[in-house]
Amino acid sequence: MADLLQVSGLGKRFGGFVALDNVELTVAQGERVGLIGPNGSGKSTLVNCLCGTLANETGSVKFDGRDMNGLTAHQRTRLGMARSFQLPRPFVSLSVADNIRVPLLYTVNARSGTHLTASELDERCNEMLHLVGLREKAQQHPRDLSQVEMRKLELARAMAAEPKLLIADEAMAGLSHSEVEDIVALLIRLNERGITVILIEHIMRAVMSFSQRLVVLVSGKKIADGRPDAVIRDREVERAYLGE
Amino acid sequence: MSVDLFINALIAGLLLGGFYAAVTVGISISFGILDIVNIAHPGFIILGSYIAYIVNDRLGIDPILTGIIVLPAFYALGAVIYQIYYASFEKRGQDPLRGLAFFFGLLFITEVVLILVFGVDYRYVKAGYIDQSINFGFVNLPLRMLIPCLISLLMLALLQLFLTKTFIGRAIMAVAQDQLALQLMAADPVRIKRIAFAISIATCAMAGAFLIIIQPVEPSVGREYIGRVFAICVLGGLGSLPGTLIGAMLLGVVESFTATFYGPSWAPAVAFGLLLLTLAFRPAGILGR
Amino acid sequence: MRSWLFFLIACVVGAVVFFATRMLGNEYYFFAGYTVLQFIVLATAWNILGGYTGYVNFGSAAFFAVGAYTSVFFHKAYPLPIPVLILISGAVAGIIGLGMGYLTLRLRGAFFAIATLALAVVLQTLIVNWDFVGGSRGAYIIRPREIAVIGNYVQYLFLLMLGLSVISLTAARMIERSRLGFGFASIRDDELAAEASGVPTLKLKLIATTLSGALMGMAGAPFPYYIGYLEPASAFGLQYAVNSIAMPMIGGTTSWLGPLIGAVLLGTLQQWATVNISSAVNLLLVGVLLVMFVIIAPKGILGLIESRARRKKS
Repeated sequence: MADLLQVSGLGKRFGGFVALDNVELTVAQGERVGLIGPNGSGKSTLVNCLCGTLANETGSVKFDGRDMNGLTAHQRTRLGMARSFQLPRPFVSLSVADNIRVPLLYTVNARSGTHLTASELDERCNEMLHLVGLREKAQQHPRDLSQVEMRKLELARAMAAEPKLLIADEAMAGLSHSEVEDIVALLIRLNERGITVILIEHIMRAVMSFSQRLVVLVSGKKIADGRPDAVIRDREVERAYLGE
Repeated sequence: MSVDLFINALIAGLLLGGFYAAVTVGISISFGILDIVNIAHPGFIILGSYIAYIVNDRLGIDPILTGIIVLPAFYALGAVIYQIYYASFEKRGQDPLRGLAFFFGLLFITEVVLILVFGVDYRYVKAGYIDQSINFGFVNLPLRMLIPCLISLLMLALLQLFLTKTFIGRAIMAVAQDQLALQLMAADPVRIKRIAFAISIATCAMAGAFLIIIQPVEPSVGREYIGRVFAICVLGGLGSLPGTLIGAMLLGVVESFTATFYGPSWAPAVAFGLLLLTLAFRPAGILGR
Repeated sequence: MRSWLFFLIACVVGAVVFFATRMLGNEYYFFAGYTVLQFIVLATAWNILGGYTGYVNFGSAAFFAVGAYTSVFFHKAYPLPIPVLILISGAVAGIIGLGMGYLTLRLRGAFFAIATLALAVVLQTLIVNWDFVGGSRGAYIIRPREIAVIGNYVQYLFLLMLGLSVISLTAARMIERSRLGFGFASIRDDELAAEASGVPTLKLKLIATTLSGALMGMAGAPFPYYIGYLEPASAFGLQYAVNSIAMPMIGGTTSWLGPLIGAVLLGTLQQWATVNISSAVNLLLVGVLLVMFVIIAPKGILGLIESRARRKKS
């Protein structure tokens, strides 16, 4: 299977603090990759550099064969990379449905060859909301949503961009047992449709049941990358999480 | 271009820069450290100038003395304004638009009230040293520039000591970076920020006194300083007092040369032009953060 | 309601306003009305960048004055009919908006706001030093007494400004409901998330700045003919900056209706205050109202009406 994402030598510092140190990562098309690591290990920084929100200082990101260096976030989204934010960032003055409409208008409709009509747009909005169980709340505003519903909206917005690669950044924090299962099932369904997914999570159950491959980031460095059951038993990983 | 003209323009620029540093240090704190865009700052400086003028006119007291006396009042004013700002904007979260509009409204109100009370004529103070200069050969040091510059440097040094050596000072520097850590150290971030903002307004009392010694003042003069102040902040790197001084000196010198060789009517554009260029090409400033 | 229908209705309303004012008999109403209409255009223009997109422009006076001085320039160099001047002024002001936006929009909103203040001062300094358009001494423009068809020249200016108001309100409403409007709103609400959703934020911000600047320039083009004598202090006057901000913020920034309400209410209030009290007090009033509304009723009059309606429903 072709490699969808090739990250090599990725480095990022904030002043004197090294957030990412020579990170290498390859993700094949259709894979389900889990990314774990202690707090502050650089997971979100990695996502930001992949998606273009932050500029990496060294190294390169190749997506779908193209070099991403210099491309802005919106360009990368249009090329097929979508992400959800760890802390939900909804468009507060727009309705829930309109939140979904923005990526439809600006990503899906902006791709050459696609032009959704107004009614098709409405249909897609509804479909997305239905997928995450927010259809009844379509005309409400983000301030009326619960924390959990906002996370679902966050995911739905990323999905609405019809990505080839979806990066879910700690989308499940604070969710109940069954809600976590719902989201995992949703992501697996998406994956079955052909979308490559990188799941960044702390909830080990979800990561283990979801991932075909597990990557561990500690202090900006990748310390493990392989099959989940093997990685979990890796001594360095144990040390990083449980101490000596 | 003669050497004495050049040297005098340079010195005038440095003295001017010392004064500009006093004008800017308040913004270094409120914008650089607290991230509050207080564009009403120059308005408060002009307020300080007018207070110095009135006291000087009626009681004959030296403006710098007046500045020192009204420091507590300006401090209190700053604390009150911060409370209103915090309760109305910062607590409720984002929307920087309204915070900006708030300060712009304050700037505007200050200017219009001054126009109503004092009219649009230029006002100036009388003090013994205003017309005098010290001369070393061809070097001319006007006292009305030298004295404010020296006292301004003193004020900056005191502030830097305060920020680096005292607990509250270091808490202020810290509050910009890590509010949570501050809370864990049992310091109330809101109180710390209020103190910082109050200090920034207090500096206006002194800066206003300096201003009216250096030049005659009328209500709209404040607006000329908005660009200068932010230009210096950006040039020197936000939140750094030494950076502010360097940026101020730089601006002072560039303005002085422009005024000497191209005429004084171009001076206001210098700061703003410099600001636009810096923002466009090196937004982290010369000392860059 | 489709945009062309709105435009038609607006034109009809405009015509009604024009003929009603004629019936009042007193020419003063045309003078006063011109100022209010001018503010409708300025407030609507400001709101496209400020209310819709979330970027504050403190230098509205700069774009307004650019329009006014473009007229002065052509009046001295090569006189042209005012509608043409309006178009040229719009183009010049738009280009300046684009240029300034390009320099500063990649930075945070606060820096952009400060830069707009800077721009106003730079442009004013340039004009003060430019003798061809009068420099600090100012320029006189003799207003013709009559023009074909309409008759009275002041009524002609009033009509032009009426036309500009209708155009800017229609444009603002069209933007609100369009894809562009969604893009602007997403930038205002969360620029980072907008970028991540595929919105080309820099491009849209540049569009907003250019459009806003162009409209303000257009509002300034007839001004020298209206006022007869133009000098930098009045062209770059503070009342333009503060009113452009106060009117949308008091009226309500989320729709085309807000700036209209703000401009009509505040504009009329100011005309009354200038005549009956003084022009400085009138400005003070605006400043105080701005601060009060920003603190107490941040969504403006429209917001107050909206929350009243929502409370009645529940």
